[in-house]
Amino acid sequence: MNAWLPVLIPATSLIAALIIFFIKEENRGLRTFVNLTLASLKVLLVAFLVVGVSQNKDYRFTLALFYGFELVLHADALSLLFVGLSALLWLVTTIYAIGYLDVSQEHDKRRFFGFFSLCVSATTSIALAGNLFTFLVFYELLTIATYPLVAHRGGPDAIKAGRVYLLYTLGGGALLLVAIVWLKSIVGAANFATGGMLIPFVVSHQTELTIIFTMLIVGFGVKAALVPLHGWLPVAMVAPAPVSALLHAVAVVNAGAFGIIRIVYDVYGPDVCTQLGVRPWLAAAAAFTIIYGSVRALRQDDFKRRLAYSTVSQLSYIILGTAIIGPLATIGGLVHLFHQGIMKITMFFVAGNLAEELHIKKVSQMNGIGRRMPITMAAFSIAACAMIGIPPMAGFISKWHLGLGAIVAGQEWVVVVLLGSTILNAAYFLPIVYRAWFKEPDVAFDPPPNGRKLEIHPYLLIPPLFTALCVIAAGIFAGMPFSPLEWTKLITLKEYGP
Amino acid sequence: MTHSSILIWPVLLPLFLGTVMFLIRGRSVLLLSLAAAVGTALTSFNVCRIVHQSSTLIHEVGGWGAPLGIVLRADGLTAVMLGLSGLVGLVISVYSLTYFKSNSRKEHLFWPIWLLLWGGLNGLFISGDIFNLYVTLELVSLGAIPLIALAGTRNAIKASLRYLLLALLGSMSYLFGVGLLYMRFGVLDLVMLGNVITPDFTAYVALALMIGGLIIKAALFPMHFWLPPAHSSAPAPVSAALSGLVVTASFYAIARLWFYAFPALELAKLSQLIGLLGCGAILWGGWQAIRQERLKTLVAYSTVSQIGYLFLVFPLCNTAVEGSGIAWSGCILFAVSHAIAKACAFLAAGVFIKVYGHDSISKLRGAGRQLPMVTLAFALAGVSLMGLPPSGGFFGKWMLLKAAFVTGQWGYGVVMVCGGLLAFCYIFRVLEQFMTAPDENAPKVKAPAVMTYSVLLLAVAAVSLGFFTPVLLSVLGVDSPVSLVSFAPEALLP
Repeated sequence: MNAWLPVLIPATSLIAALIIFFIKEENRGLRTFVNLTLASLKVLLVAFLVVGVSQNKDYRFTLALFYGFELVLHADALSLLFVGLSALLWLVTTIYAIGYLDVSQEHDKRRFFGFFSLCVSATTSIALAGNLFTFLVFYELLTIATYPLVAHRGGPDAIKAGRVYLLYTLGGGALLLVAIVWLKSIVGAANFATGGMLIPFVVSHQTELTIIFTMLIVGFGVKAALVPLHGWLPVAMVAPAPVSALLHAVAVVNAGAFGIIRIVYDVYGPDVCTQLGVRPWLAAAAAFTIIYGSVRALRQDDFKRRLAYSTVSQLSYIILGTAIIGPLATIGGLVHLFHQGIMKITMFFVAGNLAEELHIKKVSQMNGIGRRMPITMAAFSIAACAMIGIPPMAGFISKWHLGLGAIVAGQEWVVVVLLGSTILNAAYFLPIVYRAWFKEPDVAFDPPPNGRKLEIHPYLLIPPLFTALCVIAAGIFAGMPFSPLEWTKLITLKEYGP
Repeated sequence: MTHSSILIWPVLLPLFLGTVMFLIRGRSVLLLSLAAAVGTALTSFNVCRIVHQSSTLIHEVGGWGAPLGIVLRADGLTAVMLGLSGLVGLVISVYSLTYFKSNSRKEHLFWPIWLLLWGGLNGLFISGDIFNLYVTLELVSLGAIPLIALAGTRNAIKASLRYLLLALLGSMSYLFGVGLLYMRFGVLDLVMLGNVITPDFTAYVALALMIGGLIIKAALFPMHFWLPPAHSSAPAPVSAALSGLVVTASFYAIARLWFYAFPALELAKLSQLIGLLGCGAILWGGWQAIRQERLKTLVAYSTVSQIGYLFLVFPLCNTAVEGSGIAWSGCILFAVSHAIAKACAFLAAGVFIKVYGHDSISKLRGAGRQLPMVTLAFALAGVSLMGLPPSGGFFGKWMLLKAAFVTGQWGYGVVMVCGGLLAFCYIFRVLEQFMTAPDENAPKVKAPAVMTYSVLLLAVAAVSLGFFTPVLLSVLGVDSPVSLVSFAPEALLP
């Protein structure tokens, strides 16, 4: 059982995908049933796994493909952070997507849900991957499985978005392939290990390892939207709202950031990174991305584009956390992976609701929207405050640890970056909140059709409400066992060890 | 009598039933052709199984051994190839049951010639000597040429005539080399030849003639120009057989000679030359594929590109460097993966032609919604051609790339990656059209279920091949010419 659990978790989504591909387009009921059953099952399995890992049980699955090549799925504390996030958000996003596709009358629901499940399966496998080889296999699978979702609507701009997405990600993937094969030809077969596995090779292969590190960061940086590799993310905004949620919170960008985390902590190891002198560069790239993304976000009138640039900025908090040495910064970076996910997904749900119900896609159209859609906008306001870092919500926890970690590590400049970014965050989120609640509407909004009492279809209302509550809970209950913060402390404890 | 006589069935059965097919008409054609296909595939798989379980099978036809008689030999490489031809041949046959109009002239001509071609291929794989290799190569060409002409269009006939001339040129060159070797060393048997051959002038001339002739047949750049017109104008199942099996068989013959008959010769420089041509093929084929307007020519140029990868095995598999044996397994894995994926891509293109009456890429807009399963199959084949996981193409490319690093020949690695990027471009050029929303008033279309699902079967096989790598490599490991120390057999099986 201990060997099969790490397989079972990705398999639930894979099975969902395979079944859905063979369910007829018209058969909505059966598809919904399969989707929700397997998504719920996955959350249960993950919960089981979390309890097991916290009791120091070892869950490892190994399949030898050929000599030196093993598919390893291994549940450690770090992978569970990501698995937990994607399993939880998969369930929520599935509920949202079922409502969304019905309301917006999209075509090809079979294809949509099939590839959606496939994406989540790939993501969980990435999270559980026990070595770089396995990681790459599922990372590429994720790229491919996301394409039909990005290009889902089939219009010229959707096709173009798909093309841009592929150009960036497949290019990055090719770079990763070369880097990983190269690395393997130096170190041989090796699994991820806390503290890294390259210590014996640092002295003899210093130049090679530095080049490989750069290639790996650039390769993963594409999905993690490090400037200047972020170009695909704002373009991919044309996809339906659940897909944006998938890209920005559940799977894709997190996979990139997670790759960088794995590289720094479990392949190279913090010490080797320091020895090679690559950490200041990584920190600088992350800091630049944080500021650049925020500045660009300021000037976007398109709501989803503003959110996309916000993602560019927020993701680099995670990378910044890994680039600064010291347990506190690590905690801040890792916990932000989870926090960014729940905050950003709330915002994209909100964006989807506004676009579907009232066809509002621009910030300038949002005057007085809070009166027409109070619950939706309340969820947005919570997420926005959390993003800015107002205590006691999720975003505050991340920023607090990051800043404290930077000071402990003697890198005070990071605090300046964090402060600047906080001001910028406030500058592009608060006007939206202000417009929504305090300004008079420019035009009268359409009332809910057919005497519906709720402001929008319940399937579209419950998910943002739920995730917004999660955002508050992650902050208030940060000290409880199994909260994201406590879990990252567990990871960090293992990483920096006694 | 040993059980080695099972070797002759994958050859004898299709040849015999193919001859019978010339004579019969009516409903029984379908039944008999299905029986012939299943029989040939099963006997091929059987050889595969026996070789895997015991070891190399050697059959002396009529009880006469070499150097006088004919020796058939099936080692690991042969077994892999037989398994491949069994799988792809069977699917092509099932697909063809509905592709050709029932009781049409084309159908009556297709089956006997196709079985002849299939039998010829199997014969080529089990040939133990260089002369039989020649005979079976000719048999394959003689089957392939009329099958191309079967399309009946002006282009097809032109292409098949050009193919005929070049194939003959290739065969003549090869045969001349065989004559020289026989004159000089007095043996034809591959293994014996490998033992007695000495690096002298005659041997090198013979080598150049034989490899040169085979390179024409394998369509290695710059001798590829006959391939795209021939493969794209043939009927879809024939294109699948040509790109999937026939080209692979020509490459097989080269690899067989290289690693079995000529290991005593100094081949380093020649291997670099062939490697360069392979690089040219990868880049030129990929670039041309991007520029094609028709789906089938695009897939055909993709073949030109992918064949280039196979030829990289010669510079990369350097027995002097430990660990470079991985290039050999990578190359064969790549060949198998390409054959399956390419057959699948051509068969999918055939469905589009059948349904829409054309294969112009820009007019296939919205096919994804109308024919989702066929589109999915084409996309999966594309995943394999691009070399993305978990397809066999990914693992094959990985191993070749690793060999490039191990032997320090970085340039080949760069070309391989660039070839992969070109493949992304040409595959997604097609998939983009499929993804585009169709016109509102597009007529509803439906593809025959047999064709759809046979294509899908091949697609799934191509993509999941990666998971069968251990099995494939342990079969390939039976009497491998290259020291496969880089993987321990017991570690292979799950």
